[in-house]
Amino acid sequence: MSKTPNDLRYTKSHEWAKKEADGTVAVGITDHAQGLLGDMVFVELPKVGTQVTAGKECGVVESVKAASDVYAPIAGEVIAVNTAVSDTPESVNKDAYGAWMFKLKPSAAGDVDKLLDAKAYEALVASEAH
Amino acid sequence: MPFIPHTEADIAAMLKAIGVSKIDNLFDEIPPALRSAALKTIPEGVSEMDVARLMQERAETDGHYLNFLGAGAYEHHIPAAVWQLVTRGEFYSAYTPYQAEASQGTLQLLYEYQTMMASLTGMDVSNASLYDGASALAEAVLMAVRTHKKGHKILMPRTVHPVWRKVVHAIVKNQKIELIEVDYDRKGGHTSIAALDKSVTDDCAALVIPQPNFFGVLEDVDALTDWAHAKGLLAIACVNPISLALLKAPGEWGSKGADVAVGDGQPLGVPLSSGGPYFGFMACKQEFVRQMPGRIIGRTVDKDGKQGFTLTLQAREQHIRRSKATSNICTNQGLLVTAATIHMSLLGPEGLERVAAQCHANTNELLGGITKIDGMQRVFDRPVFHEAVVRVNMPVADLLRAMEGQGILAGYGLTHDYPELGECMLVCATETRTRADFEKYALQLERIISKRRLDPPCAVKVTPSA
Repeated sequence: MSKTPNDLRYTKSHEWAKKEADGTVAVGITDHAQGLLGDMVFVELPKVGTQVTAGKECGVVESVKAASDVYAPIAGEVIAVNTAVSDTPESVNKDAYGAWMFKLKPSAAGDVDKLLDAKAYEALVASEAH
Repeated sequence: MPFIPHTEADIAAMLKAIGVSKIDNLFDEIPPALRSAALKTIPEGVSEMDVARLMQERAETDGHYLNFLGAGAYEHHIPAAVWQLVTRGEFYSAYTPYQAEASQGTLQLLYEYQTMMASLTGMDVSNASLYDGASALAEAVLMAVRTHKKGHKILMPRTVHPVWRKVVHAIVKNQKIELIEVDYDRKGGHTSIAALDKSVTDDCAALVIPQPNFFGVLEDVDALTDWAHAKGLLAIACVNPISLALLKAPGEWGSKGADVAVGDGQPLGVPLSSGGPYFGFMACKQEFVRQMPGRIIGRTVDKDGKQGFTLTLQAREQHIRRSKATSNICTNQGLLVTAATIHMSLLGPEGLERVAAQCHANTNELLGGITKIDGMQRVFDRPVFHEAVVRVNMPVADLLRAMEGQGILAGYGLTHDYPELGECMLVCATETRTRADFEKYALQLERIISKRRLDPPCAVKVTPSA
C-alpha cells in the first residue's frame, strides 16, 4: 500500500490537491499513480493564466511505459507551475507528494473539500486493485 | 505458387486447435448489418503474366514526352545505383520496423535520413517521413493547432499548391479548423505583409509559408516568418527539398526561424511514376517534438555501451496514446525514404547544390528563349527557383494540346485554379533539360503561336458586295 497523506485531498483520476495557507490549491499526481506509470521522462504543464474546469485535462505525464493526462481536480485559474518538475520529471517518482505540478486559484473556496479524503482514496485504490 | 504462408491445411489445423469451425466465426461479434458483402466491383484475380501485360499497356499510354511540367512533381536524374540498392532484400520493405533487435540496418538508415532532412531544413528534429507533401502540410496544420492551443484558424496563402490546399481542407475541416485564404500580389506573385494584415484574425494559430511558392516565385520568407511570430502565430514552412541546397533553410528564416518545415520528398530520388507513390517530410524545432506526428528513430547505446537505433518518443503515437495520439499516422513511406537517403548520400551537399543551380539556370534559359516569342510574356517580376508563370495570347489548353501533339509537355495550365490570371501556364526546366530541348520547345511554340497570327489557311474571301 502506497502512503497517502491525511492532509491532502484526492481525485478518482489519481491527482492530489493541497490547500495552501494563501487559499491556493497545489496539484500533483499520487504516489500510487507514479508507481503504476513507472519512470517519468516528460511532464507537460499548463500555461499560467489558463482557466480550468474540474475534470479538464491540463497537463501530461509521460513515462517509459505510457503517457497520461493530468486533470484539474477543481475549477480555477492556473496561477503557478512548477518548472522544477518539468525540468526533472523523475522528481515525481522520488516524491509524488512533494512534486506539485501547478497551483490553482479556486473558483469556489469549498470545492477542494468535496474531493476524496485519504481514507476514501485508499479505498478507491484498493477496489481498483481487484 | 501462392505467396501466402498459410495453406488450407494449416488454417484447418489452427481452427481445430481453438475449436472453431470456420474463420468467419471469429468475427461473430461484428453485427451482420456492419459487415460488407463480397466486393462486387473488384474483378477476379488474374495471372502474373496477364497483370504484367496489363500494366505494360497502361504504362505505354503515358507516352514518352519531353517534359517541362512541374507543379509539384519534378523530373530529376536519379543515379542508377539508387534503386539498385533499394531493391536489395535487406531494404525491400515499405514498412517501419518495430523490432529494434531485428532491424538495426533499416533503423540506422531512417536515422541517417532524419539527420539529412534536419540538416537540409535547418531544424532540430525530423520524423521518419509521412505519406506525401500535401498530407504532411495537413499534419503540420494539425500540429500547429495542438501547439498553439488557442487559435483554430490557419492563414493559407493562395500561392500554396492548389491541390495541397484541397487536401489540407479535406483533412482538417471536420476538426473545426478553418483555412483563411490569403491573396497574392498580382505584380510579384508573392504573399505580401499587407495581404496578411488584412486577413489575420484573433483566433489564428499559424501561417503557411511556401518557398518557392506554387508560381515558382521566391517569397520574402524572413519578413513572413517574423510577421507570424510577432502575431503570436507558428510559421509553417512548405518547401521544395532540392531548392534548400541553394536557398536559406527554414530554420534560419527571420530572427527565430520557422517552427515546422514540410514538403514532398519526390524530387529526392523518387521517379514521377504517373503520380506516385511519393513521400512527405516533416521537421520541427525541438520544443514541438512531442506534438510531431509519425515515427521518430533515435540513437542510443545498448547494455554493453554499443551504439544502437530504436523507435523513440512513442508516447505520441496511437498504440500508446490511443485517441489522444498526435496523429493516426504511424507508418511511413519507408521504401521511398530509403531511395531518398541513398540519393542524398550519392549526391552529397555539393551534388544537391549543383542540381539546384542547374535547375535554376535551365529555367532562366528556357524563359529567355520563349519570352522572345511574340505573344509570350512573364507574369510576375520577382525571382523564381525552377518554375515560372508565362502568359500566352491563345487559349492555354489549346496550346498545351498542340504541344503534346509534338511530344512536349509544355507546362501546367493555370486557368482552372487562377482564372483571374487569364491564359497562363506554369513552366519548369530541371537539370535534365538541355539546350537542344529548349530550342525544340521554342521552335514548336513559335510555330503554334504564329499559326494563330496568320489567317486561316483556306480563308473565305469576303468581297464587298457590289
